[in-house]
Amino acid sequence: MDETIAKYTTRKGFFKQYKKKSRLQEIWTRFLRNKLAVVGLVIFVFIVLVAIFAPLIAGYDTEAIRINVPNRLHSPSAAHIFGTDELGRDIMARIVHGARISLVVGCAAIAFALFVGGALGAIAGYLGGKIDDVIMRCMDVFLCLPDVLLALAIVAAFGTNLVNLTIAIGLAFTPKFSRLVRSAVMTVRGIEYVEAARAIGATNTHIITHHVLINCFGPIMVQVTLYVANAILTISALSFIGLGIQAPIPEWGNMLASGRVYMRDYAYIVIAPGMAIFMTILSLNLLGDGLRDALDPRLK
Amino acid sequence: MLKFIVKRLFAMIPVVLAVTFVVFTIMWFVPGDPTNIILGNEWTEAASARVKAELGLDRSFLVQFFHYTANLVQGDFGISYITRAPVGEQLLARFPNTLEVVLGAMLFCVVVGVPIGVYSGVKPYSVFSNLTMVAGLLGISFPIFWLGLLLILLFSVHLGWLPSSGLEDGFASFILPCLALGGNYMANIMRITRSSMLEVIRQDYIRTAKAKGVKAVDVVIKHALQNSMMPTITVIGMDIGTLLGGVVLTETVFSIPGTGRLLLESINKRDTPTVIGCLVIMAVCIAISNLIVDIVYAYVDPRIKAQYGAGKD
Repeated sequence: MDETIAKYTTRKGFFKQYKKKSRLQEIWTRFLRNKLAVVGLVIFVFIVLVAIFAPLIAGYDTEAIRINVPNRLHSPSAAHIFGTDELGRDIMARIVHGARISLVVGCAAIAFALFVGGALGAIAGYLGGKIDDVIMRCMDVFLCLPDVLLALAIVAAFGTNLVNLTIAIGLAFTPKFSRLVRSAVMTVRGIEYVEAARAIGATNTHIITHHVLINCFGPIMVQVTLYVANAILTISALSFIGLGIQAPIPEWGNMLASGRVYMRDYAYIVIAPGMAIFMTILSLNLLGDGLRDALDPRLK
Repeated sequence: MLKFIVKRLFAMIPVVLAVTFVVFTIMWFVPGDPTNIILGNEWTEAASARVKAELGLDRSFLVQFFHYTANLVQGDFGISYITRAPVGEQLLARFPNTLEVVLGAMLFCVVVGVPIGVYSGVKPYSVFSNLTMVAGLLGISFPIFWLGLLLILLFSVHLGWLPSSGLEDGFASFILPCLALGGNYMANIMRITRSSMLEVIRQDYIRTAKAKGVKAVDVVIKHALQNSMMPTITVIGMDIGTLLGGVVLTETVFSIPGTGRLLLESINKRDTPTVIGCLVIMAVCIAISNLIVDIVYAYVDPRIKAQYGAGKD
């Protein structure tokens, strides 16, 4: 009752009822309404937690790496939920530790691509003219090669260590981000508040970072989610064909590659690692789709 | 129209050259002395120098690149370090297999994916539509190589219906590779067709067509389909690149002697000319498919067609 009275009698109470939800809150509420997206988020958070707490779930040296021949090719049981592989290593332990590699390399590669591609795209889109032409034509050339092939060529030339792999995948995704950021910047560029900022004497760098990029954040985040999925897929694809993470380091793709030989008699050996890749990609795709819908004002 | 095609063909040349340059530059960094690979046990200082001079490997980067491009224009991809045979011959032997798998996958996906997408777009709240949505979501998340392994497990190992590797059994041996390669592609086509159909089907002119008594099938095929095809065509064209990337994986899983496998084998053997050849031929394929997509655009969208027609009439 007091509240109702306060609503009409005090200035603070009067304005409280009209208080707008912040934009982030609004997006979050809309995101939560999308059940599939929430499922995606839950799965992804679960995978991240598994990766973070991997050493607590299974020992790296003892279970994921050490060869234990008497234990080889045991079917799934209480002791080994997903069974053991051809060298007697626990498949679950390897998947859990593989999650670390996939997530770290995937995110690092996309961060690299976002930083380099985003900077190039922002410059091209904001400045336009000749600089735009030069940057974008160069990017188009890289877009002519599929990202798996480009990453494959880079790894083939520079060698397959973790850093090279991350850079190779990052470079393969750079043109996509430059295109994305460029088009986002170009739509924002013409809007009045950018003009206003320029009128009060803001520098180009300031305008790009403080006004333009902030307002492109939404669509870029959606693509980041989807591209992390692609990057993780690329890592496991490269590992599967032997040009990514090398044995004995556990990685989902190289687990599938080594398990392939035994799969006719021991199908479970390829089921669990594939499932891990599949669930990760699926969760990120669901998350990305959900984010896109939540950010789309037309779907309010 | 012909003028447009010719113009676009010419525009392809710098792109292919630029891709060749990128690939050539990346491969320039392959460590080690290629004469070690070429000569093997017969390696001596003198023989190495002789081979280098013979293949032009002692010259500077730019000279080598121009030399390579000049030969490439004439259809000469250089000599393989390993087999000592022309790379072009190997490509010619392997590439048709790749093309068959890619085109097979494409054909299958378009023939199956587009109608499913159209139907579920026209009836968006039906059980079938929801099922295709779920299938589409699962489909875009499947790693090609895992899908391939699962298909082998199901159709070759358990059911024994289809061969699991090679191409010796003709049509039957193409089914699984095409399915595995096309999984993501079909899901993508389905999703895009569905969503653009959904958008078009709500437009006023569709309601008008229905109101004036056009049959439901004709409304979809004659009125809605053409206007909803643009995004689908874009995806069909753009994803050819992804398909060609995926071919490397599919050929590995199904042991198909194609360009993808050749590429991998030559990377492992450090056979640089063959690696460059494979990558260039794939880039050319992508450039050609982009060209075809542009031409199809012009046929589907009268606005684009009008742009080219303007000068002629």
